[in-house]
Amino acid sequence: MQHRTMWAFVSTLILVTAAACGGGEAPAPAAPAEAPPAAIDPATVGNITGTIMLEGEAPAAETIRMNSDPKCVAEAGDDTQTEYYVASDSGSLANVFVYVKEGLEGRSFPPATEPVVLSQDGCRYRPHVFGARVGQTVQIVNDDATLHNIHATPSANDEFNLGQPLEGMKNDKTFTTAEVMVPFQCDVHSWMNAYVGVVDHPFFGVTGADGAFDLSGLPPGDYVVEAWHEELGTQTQNVTVGESETAELSFTFSVG
Amino acid sequence: MLWLHRYTRLLAASSLLLITAGGLVTSTGSGLSVPDWPNSYGYFMFSFPLSQMVGGVFYEHGHRLIASTVGMMTIGLALWLNRVESRRWVRHLGWIALAAVVAQGILGGITVIFFLPTQLSVSHAGLAQLFFALVVSLAIFTSPGWREAYGRDAPEERAIINDGALLGLALVTPVAIFLQIMVGATMRHTGAGLAIPDFPLAFGRLIPPVWDGGIAIHFAHRVGALVVTTLVVALTGHILAHWRGRTELTRPAVLLVIVVATQVFLGAWTVLSERDVGVNSAHVATGAALFVTAVALALRVFRERFGDVHGHDDVAHAGGLRPADLAFPSATIQAPGSHGEEL
Repeated sequence: MQHRTMWAFVSTLILVTAAACGGGEAPAPAAPAEAPPAAIDPATVGNITGTIMLEGEAPAAETIRMNSDPKCVAEAGDDTQTEYYVASDSGSLANVFVYVKEGLEGRSFPPATEPVVLSQDGCRYRPHVFGARVGQTVQIVNDDATLHNIHATPSANDEFNLGQPLEGMKNDKTFTTAEVMVPFQCDVHSWMNAYVGVVDHPFFGVTGADGAFDLSGLPPGDYVVEAWHEELGTQTQNVTVGESETAELSFTFSVG
Repeated sequence: MLWLHRYTRLLAASSLLLITAGGLVTSTGSGLSVPDWPNSYGYFMFSFPLSQMVGGVFYEHGHRLIASTVGMMTIGLALWLNRVESRRWVRHLGWIALAAVVAQGILGGITVIFFLPTQLSVSHAGLAQLFFALVVSLAIFTSPGWREAYGRDAPEERAIINDGALLGLALVTPVAIFLQIMVGATMRHTGAGLAIPDFPLAFGRLIPPVWDGGIAIHFAHRVGALVVTTLVVALTGHILAHWRGRTELTRPAVLLVIVVATQVFLGAWTVLSERDVGVNSAHVATGAALFVTAVALALRVFRERFGDVHGHDDVAHAGGLRPADLAFPSATIQAPGSHGEEL
């Protein structure tokens, strides 16, 4: 019978698909070379402290509609405001990740032994912004009576997507490469997101409601400090820390 | 055989529902809300608790359940065809449809495991369209209208197959629509749906004043829409001008114009609504409907090329005649206007 017609029909469809679906993978970035260790004298270390301020009026937080999961509605209670901008009346800005970006090359530091905990609580990530060391355990916990997936979308580290269908489940993950920032999201609950700044030293922090940060125990030297905010981007400043000195820094982000 | 045809139509409708569900998965960003495959959060697919189908899981797991149903229905179709269908090439198409739906399921699973890489996701979207077109084709091939050659006599068949403009337009239009869908899928899976935020202009101009990958793919989709619309209008105009008496051609041709107009409207609305989930998903479903309508029309135009017209059915299966051959004596030529049940 008319096999030729039938096969021509099928082959045409397949060829069209093949032609339309070309593409290739981008090469993975190379891992940085390991730095040689350099000792720090505890008697000479200094600090960098300061505050993060917001200039202008931050967009008002919006109420998250959690209706797609009744358990989230119950668990969240009144805590349903977006966290894109968390600023006080005085202008101090929370959820800013501050870290030493440059100036520590060639030094090594004892590994972090304690895990940092990322909790899913009330169908929100707690904390919303946090930091971790390269190789440090990030313990992800489901404290909700509903299921979550934890989907990290780094660019320098390996992407992962975990399922935690039951309350109390825990998973430990580590990051092998410094990366500021690694986003987390829950694809079940589209409003849930968090960020972790992964650095290869212990000099980082996240501002609280008072907008303050404190990078303590730095060896004397010249540094570049970066402040990162999820909506406002990054700012950097150069600072010199003298022996046993505390350098003051302040960052001001603007909106509007 | 009539029930086989009706079953195939039901499968075609289920496939459209599946594509719509897939559109909802991407429109809601739920593609990775179930991180494992083939299980769902460690559960066997059909034992996953309904109470846990919340948020994105409702869309993703729902898509998997519909896909499984379509897969099982396709197994049924392939077996049914193998049992009662006399035309070997139609039986083969049934197995090809089964292979396609299995491949599609695996592709969907791999897409999840590898975190929705663009190439796999676009391939998943493309294969979905091909599978849908194949099922619709089988619905046409098993229809009484097709088996009775739509009541055409030999001179009519010759006249249709000698209409070069009709053949060319009927062939090019579904290919163009498929390519347009693939461009749309690429735009969708690269997040370029709002790369050009205004409509009908692009950044206030006919041609975008700035370019990047997202803008280029988005603009290509708009140009593709213009090409497809032009082809559809030309094809329908030609049919209405030259083949007004052939309802098996005029009906899908008119439907094609209606669907393409709806699709353009939905495309514009998708941009203007900033990718409203419902509008965006309807745009995906309507694109699929447009493609298979064009395929159906093309098949009816090329009906004579598929043989088994005017007494040339192949019956050499399992050593003899099948019930189907008795039910549809293909030598019968119906009077014009008596086309049996058409898809």
